[in-house]
Amino acid sequence: MDLKEKLLSSFLVFENQLDDDAYLNDLRNDAIKTFEEKGFPSKKEEAWKYTSLNSILKEDYSIFPKQENSIEFSDVKKYFIHDIDSYKIVFIDGKYSSHLSQTTHDGMDICLMSAAMSKPKYRLVIENYFNKAATKDSLSSLNTAFSSEGAYIHIPKNKMVAKPIQIIHFSTGNESAIMLQPRNLVVVDENSHVQIIERHQSLTDNAVLTNSVTEIFANKRAIVDYYKIQNDTLNASLIDNTFINQQRESVASVHTFSFGGKLVRNNLNFYQKGERIDSTLKGITIIGEKQHVDHNTLVHHIEPNCESHQDYKGIFGENSTGVFNGKIIVNKEAQKTNAFQANNNILISDKATINTKPQLEIFADDVKCSHGCTIGQLDESAMFYMRSRGIPEKEAKALLMYAFSNNVLSSVKIPEIKQRITKIIANKLGVNIGFDL
Amino acid sequence: MLKIENLHASVDDKSILKGINLEIKAGEVHAIMGPNGSGKSTLASVVAGKEEYEVTKGSIIFNGEDIEDLAAEERAHKGIFLSFQYPVEIPGVSVTNFMKTAINETRKAKGLEEMPAKDMLKLIREKSELLEIDRKFLSRSLNEGFSGGEKKRNEIFQMAMLEPQLAILDETDSGLDIDALRIVANGVNKLKSKDNAVLVITHYQRLLDYIVPDFVHVLYNGRIVKSGGKELAHELEEKGYDWIKEEVNA
Repeated sequence: MDLKEKLLSSFLVFENQLDDDAYLNDLRNDAIKTFEEKGFPSKKEEAWKYTSLNSILKEDYSIFPKQENSIEFSDVKKYFIHDIDSYKIVFIDGKYSSHLSQTTHDGMDICLMSAAMSKPKYRLVIENYFNKAATKDSLSSLNTAFSSEGAYIHIPKNKMVAKPIQIIHFSTGNESAIMLQPRNLVVVDENSHVQIIERHQSLTDNAVLTNSVTEIFANKRAIVDYYKIQNDTLNASLIDNTFINQQRESVASVHTFSFGGKLVRNNLNFYQKGERIDSTLKGITIIGEKQHVDHNTLVHHIEPNCESHQDYKGIFGENSTGVFNGKIIVNKEAQKTNAFQANNNILISDKATINTKPQLEIFADDVKCSHGCTIGQLDESAMFYMRSRGIPEKEAKALLMYAFSNNVLSSVKIPEIKQRITKIIANKLGVNIGFDL
Repeated sequence: MLKIENLHASVDDKSILKGINLEIKAGEVHAIMGPNGSGKSTLASVVAGKEEYEVTKGSIIFNGEDIEDLAAEERAHKGIFLSFQYPVEIPGVSVTNFMKTAINETRKAKGLEEMPAKDMLKLIREKSELLEIDRKFLSRSLNEGFSGGEKKRNEIFQMAMLEPQLAILDETDSGLDIDALRIVANGVNKLKSKDNAVLVITHYQRLLDYIVPDFVHVLYNGRIVKSGGKELAHELEEKGYDWIKEEVNA
């Protein structure tokens, strides 16, 4: 039985166990129908031209974990940003771990999707927001059909959330292959500010396929900073579908740090639904072996006087492949839009590949849109210059690569994240130098 | 300290150095002059270990050791420094951090601990004052947007930080106005001691008014065709290079 059939038959079992209200039940049924019709995307589709899911779909994933697993904090501490105080929403093989988490209902809700989907007091928020930003593509629909757990974050208006929130999904490898479909909902009301860190981490080399959907609503003048740390093992794959609905004068940023995993596809979508909105999408990708990372971004400028800033840097070694497909749509009404996009890549191996494609659809006539992609190699003359000063080849390379990606790190607002990313980069490049540039 | 014997080098199978002989002892200042295309910069790059150049014959001995097979960084660790004719811009790496990395990597290679941050700061302050470099300048990206003079001053600042045994100054005077030239030369002279040596590569004599050489060599067509004292530099300044060419071709 292939994965699609397995999912469809699992859905029947899953649905019977649920105690949903009619609203959610209808959503799920529509969603599974969409998935059934469209199936998994193939390379025939323009948006998937350079990324094939074939190699990861052939595993025999278990759809529902058979047992509850626990892990000790000391064993996984290193995957947390642990040197700062934070809220934590932690899942093990898709199940909530109260032991590793620190949630709150004190003036805001930083808790679980399962609670929000079942308790009446959340019903209004669910009906107003759940599945309202996500598109009806096959993978998001698949997630919607199966969505049962994830992070639920609702920050009421005029609230500065003092501590960042960490959402971490662990997979234990207790089953030979597992498919996870976390579902996160983040609603940030007027004038509120929240910072979120998300990470998916497999603890063994067993296969993991995560098809995640995150919906973020930044309401009037809200500020949302979202950091995705993707540094998973070589048999873990991630399809991350993130949708951000911004209302007027809100500011939202997503930084995606992609260093690991077998195949990572980031579908990152911003919808600017008011005036004077600011959106930032930044990423650093450093991969090797046969890793594949695909950034598929969309910024939809719907209203006038908004800005968007995109900056993705990629360094590709060995047999790795990178894809960047950045789409910017500027509606006819969205005059005075200022949209900026840059994608710079360095290939450090003859066998590495990058496919980069800016895609601009501009219907307004008074806008500033700039875009640029570059693909290059490490500057040989810079290498000799650094080496002639006593910096060995490996360290010189690392320093150049770090400097190359440094622009993206400069907008990270949490210093501990910056330090952590710097450390991961140094590790990844196999050097022991402090890049406090 | 440095002994170059019958050195032949080529790039892309094009022979550029055709039998150089040169010996530099500790405490000496040598100048290499010559018309454009004579191989001056190639000689500097070959000694510093640039990989594009292939040594086809001869040897480079530094403190008794044949350094031909050493990488550029290993030569740097042994005390060879090249001040570039065209210093490379490295966006995203500040001058300070570049120097910190260079010094600590050199110490690491010698089996020493990293330099404590306090000492590093003190050293940077001292040496930047010597080259009259503004502190703000040190936090800027290396060479990025620097003027010609700033780049060269920065090269000598790096030299001051690294305290090499042998400093090769490749056309350090090009692009310098007279004030910058004086600052740079002053820096070099202050660093001069009986234990180190300087090889100045230049097209013009004017830098040699400030950094006074003990020996002047004329490089032409990949060979040293004439050597003499500092008066040879004046003679070249007056008469140009044509008489040398004629002498050689005769």
